[in-house]
Amino acid sequence: MPKKVVSGNYAAAYAAKHARVEVVAAYPITPQTSIIEKIAEFIANGEAEIQYVPVESEHSAMAACIGASATGARAFTATSAQGLALMHEMLHWASGARLPIVMVNVNRAMAPPWSVWDDQTDSLAQRDTGWMQFYAENNQEVYDGVLMAFKVAEHRKVNLPVMIIESAFILSHTYDIVDMPPQEEIDEFLPPREPLYTLTDFDNPIAVGALGTPADYYEFRYKIEKAMEEARRVIKEVGKEFGEKFRRDYSQMIELYKTDDAEFIFMGMGSLMGTVKEAVDLLRKEGYKVGAAKVRWFRPFPKEELYKLAKNVEGIAVLDRNFSFGQEGILFNEAKGVLYNTDAHPIMKNYIVGLGGRDFTVSDIKTIAKNMKEIIERGKLDREIEWYHLKR
Amino acid sequence: MAVRKPPITTREYWAPGHAACAGCGCAIIMRLATKAFSEAMEEKYGDPNAFAIAHATGCMEVVSAVFPYTAWKAPWIHVAFENAAAVASGIEAAWKKLGYKGKILAFGGDGGTADIGLQALSGMLERRHNVVYIMYDNEAYMNTGIQRSSSTPYGAWTTTSPPGKYSIGEDKPKKWVALIAAAHMVPYVATASIADPYDLYRKVKKAAKVDGPAFLQIHGPCVPGWRIPPEKTVEVAKLAIETGVWPLFEIENGDIRNIKFQRFPKDGKFKKPIEEYLKLQGRFKHLFKRPGAIQELKEQIKEMWRVLGKEVELP
Repeated sequence: MPKKVVSGNYAAAYAAKHARVEVVAAYPITPQTSIIEKIAEFIANGEAEIQYVPVESEHSAMAACIGASATGARAFTATSAQGLALMHEMLHWASGARLPIVMVNVNRAMAPPWSVWDDQTDSLAQRDTGWMQFYAENNQEVYDGVLMAFKVAEHRKVNLPVMIIESAFILSHTYDIVDMPPQEEIDEFLPPREPLYTLTDFDNPIAVGALGTPADYYEFRYKIEKAMEEARRVIKEVGKEFGEKFRRDYSQMIELYKTDDAEFIFMGMGSLMGTVKEAVDLLRKEGYKVGAAKVRWFRPFPKEELYKLAKNVEGIAVLDRNFSFGQEGILFNEAKGVLYNTDAHPIMKNYIVGLGGRDFTVSDIKTIAKNMKEIIERGKLDREIEWYHLKR
Repeated sequence: MAVRKPPITTREYWAPGHAACAGCGCAIIMRLATKAFSEAMEEKYGDPNAFAIAHATGCMEVVSAVFPYTAWKAPWIHVAFENAAAVASGIEAAWKKLGYKGKILAFGGDGGTADIGLQALSGMLERRHNVVYIMYDNEAYMNTGIQRSSSTPYGAWTTTSPPGKYSIGEDKPKKWVALIAAAHMVPYVATASIADPYDLYRKVKKAAKVDGPAFLQIHGPCVPGWRIPPEKTVEVAKLAIETGVWPLFEIENGDIRNIKFQRFPKDGKFKKPIEEYLKLQGRFKHLFKRPGAIQELKEQIKEMWRVLGKEVELP
């Protein structure tokens, strides 16, 4: 298979090109810019025939993607943090209109204080918009994620947008080897979009975005949730097919790493899980029975997978590179909620790590492992939420 | 016997059954504009249906599509308030990519255009999308219950510019988005009014036929918002033209030194006083009790004409 050494952002741009996206509407923001620069370059060089709309804001980027997608085109955009927040209103419109738009969001901390570094709160703050969310661990997953995202989003029973999420700089600007299958194999995996309705049926014109009175609105919402439920199945199917075709399996919404005999596990999302896996290897050499669970899909949330996992471990250290003020880390909050009505109740502790790009290293994970082991031996939490890096 | 072609096409894209108020001026704009647009599409592309509509939130949006019904006989999409121009940009880009021939029509009210949608409009015009944007100007946020916009004229009562002991009503001059659009040096910008349907029809057709973006600002009286009886809609709009309150003009390629005017008195002297326009409308009622208010409005209208390159006299 052809391999390229590319940044996470270039991986995203290549994936968009290989997915044969038809319309890109985007607005520059650090650290997303090199995605759209690369796409502009593809167009300028004649490597891709894409209609590129250099809009005047992120809000308009998503609005233009909605217009293009409703017309029947395969639409793509990319953004980050403040840009994503500006798009927020449009995210609801995209999912509500049931449009399979794919967007790469580069996780970046929200200001103030002004920051351009990694933090997941920007995308997690969009969790209730009806978008699916996939968190990539590395550049390969950014690339694969975009290809799979279109297939999942455009599935007839789904028709919902997908956000592929990568870390600021840690992935977006760091170069790594990425396998890119030949175009004809990708075309076979991802055929052209076949929309159910478009704005180009002049004989039977449709109206999109009508008023829904209390007599109908409720059912519209329910149908989005049904589509999300379908998406759980479709994600696994598409992930399996991807694995069979390209030898990288994504049939699991939570990737498990050495969890079979684990006493406790680390759970988290995105690039930090690469560091965690390395730490797990080292900790095992020191006698710790630990594993890692990487939540790939945050929406739809992998409830069943989490339950099965939680049933067989004594403790879960949830690593959140995000925070919901007045509550706790967002993944921690979700995971606890999923397990409440089940018989799986491991000890769970929330570690708030890496906010705003604070370094989170193997030695940090070792410290956390030591703390977790003590908690499990004691059978009691020292505290539920720990701001791990806090300067004392 | 020869049959004359009707001056306005008999095709309809704005069906009866919509929920607009009796006497709604902007509903007339929707009907006439889509007719003109289809005629232009037929003449230019050989297909009267070769268009799609992007609509900003507003009166005409909310009255025309209440699920599961629609008054539109053309593909139509509504995506929020501030972005009809951006949505139209995306549709147009997709049309280009997918190989459709025709043009995109965007509608926004004065709030959705002059205020919250101005940035998206500027982007669409600057990027030269093949879109005609029609601002239906009823001079306030009528859908939300008559709040002032930047297109509300001086002196007008609205619920957020109420006259009172310390207030004259709206105290800023009207913003002319047509001139802002012209500054983008796009192929075609014009104003029109429902009181001159043939002029409106001709201008929409012209806008639809140019290659690239065009912008139209069309005056459409609002029965509840202007406090007028429903049968007076056209009369009020006509008086706006005859008293010099509403200029009819065309600007091509941003050439503001060669503005073409319609229904402009040759000597620059308007025959009817603006009081005739004002007195029909409840929204200006209080001005007659405020010494100097009407004179101030006249000065602002003269200034507007001066910007357009005309010295006028208002009786």
